[in-house]
Amino acid sequence: MDIKDRTAIVGIGQTRFGKGLPESELSLACQAISAALDDAGIAPREVDGLVMFSMENGREVEIARNLGLGAITYFGEVGYGGGAGCATVGHAAMAVATGQCRVAVAWRARKRSAKTSRPWANVGSRVSGSAQWTRPFGLLRPVDEIAMLTRRYMYEYGATRDHLANVALACRKHANRNPNATFYDRPLTREQYMSARWISEPLCLYDNCLETDGALAVVVTSAERARDAKQPPVYIHAFAQSIPPQCQPMTNYFCDDPLRGPAWDCARLLWSKSDFRPEDVRVAQIYDAFTPLILLSLEGYGFCKRGEAGPFTEGGALEWPDGRLPINTSGGGLSEAYVHGFNLILEGVRQMRGTSTCPVADSPCCLVTSGEGVPTSALLLRRAV
Amino acid sequence: MSEQWLLPDIEDADSAPFWEAAARGELVAQVCASCGRRRMPPRPMCPQCRSLEHRWETLSGRGTIWSFVTAHPPLLPAYEAVAPYNVIVVATREDPAVRFVGNLVESPEAPFYRTNLALLQIGAPVRVVFQEVCGVYLPRWMLETSERS
Ligand SMILES: [Zn+2]
Repeated sequence: MDIKDRTAIVGIGQTRFGKGLPESELSLACQAISAALDDAGIAPREVDGLVMFSMENGREVEIARNLGLGAITYFGEVGYGGGAGCATVGHAAMAVATGQCRVAVAWRARKRSAKTSRPWANVGSRVSGSAQWTRPFGLLRPVDEIAMLTRRYMYEYGATRDHLANVALACRKHANRNPNATFYDRPLTREQYMSARWISEPLCLYDNCLETDGALAVVVTSAERARDAKQPPVYIHAFAQSIPPQCQPMTNYFCDDPLRGPAWDCARLLWSKSDFRPEDVRVAQIYDAFTPLILLSLEGYGFCKRGEAGPFTEGGALEWPDGRLPINTSGGGLSEAYVHGFNLILEGVRQMRGTSTCPVADSPCCLVTSGEGVPTSALLLRRAV
Repeated sequence: MSEQWLLPDIEDADSAPFWEAAARGELVAQVCASCGRRRMPPRPMCPQCRSLEHRWETLSGRGTIWSFVTAHPPLLPAYEAVAPYNVIVVATREDPAVRFVGNLVESPEAPFYRTNLALLQIGAPVRVVFQEVCGVYLPRWMLETSERS
């Protein structure tokens, strides 16, 4: 059995983005889901499926009680933080396609702008598990872990800081067109990028995503039901997940080939389930907690050969409107908002609806990916014809 | 300040023998008793043959720098106070896929956060030294060329 085009995203909703928002994560989740249901024109009582991140603070029962949902017949959660976003939507699609529920909601609500909320600030003085091999030596934050891979990547393939800047500048340029983006009114120049302070050398301030409070949600239902929804359906054409062999999240140095990340196996399944090839894709939303993740993902998902992602970014290739592959057309995690990559899914939907502020008209589909470097997932969304 | 460093849980069942060996000044790796494959970090089962039996092999303590970073604030307080500092990944001579995260130091006693960052270079040969922090012996690394014995 295949889920190809059998389900569609019919509603999207989000709260405002900011730092130090007063509402709880539960309240933000309820607001985003409520907005998504209104967008779809679907009543809360019709929702019978819920899929969320395992890290979510607002649990299913509270979501259902607050929103007045009907009987829930499918619920599930996906782990590994930034790798989970596309998978929550994929699980919702599988549940609808197999009849476990008829209308499913997937969401992410997150408040991370307080410094004490960062996971690396909450470790005890004794660390166990895989962290005992990294934290005591001062490899504390996700940015340090990815910077280590980036240095090796630059060494092996000759990628440069200019290539990383190409990513940061493309995302910022797109955010500058999106009134909902954190950096709507803040242009970024290459000079600013190059003179920014280091966070973990070779990565500087602008290689890092934002820390944002906010919530987003999508509504998934069957393709049949989607035909009479308020919005044009955006079909879930293909979905894939991956934990590659010998994976160790973020510190993937303890395997034969650390630069071949989770994207590779995820991509193999995704394309095998798809009518499209990478060359058909004209717009993509690629998980961007850090700029080098874009380079690794461009290779993993087959837009260029291994080691060629640096040069691939040259000549404005990632920029709307004329680039070969405009990415993160709402600004992405780097410049719109970082809500564990869930905003990339909503932008993928807007691209397929034609409502993006950087609309790419000629792409039949949009690739959306979740975190590279962790157990991951991806979606290929298809435009209604 | 040293009591604010993060330290490994040396009573962790899978890795306690590693930290005991480190206290003796030996760098060891877990080796499958059935198929002989090395594995790092330590864990209960061999991914090659699923054997639960293993032994510990003493490595030469030699390797090369596979990659490195320089960490700058914001960091946890103890680390922020000494930033910027280096963190390296070392590929061991015995098996380049057996790697350790550590720090480059300029002498067996020198603090890792005092290392001249210009010394860091991918491919540079290094050898292990062990530094005691609150009763735990952490493997750190010196450039082979900075040996002056
Ligand atoms: Zn074995």
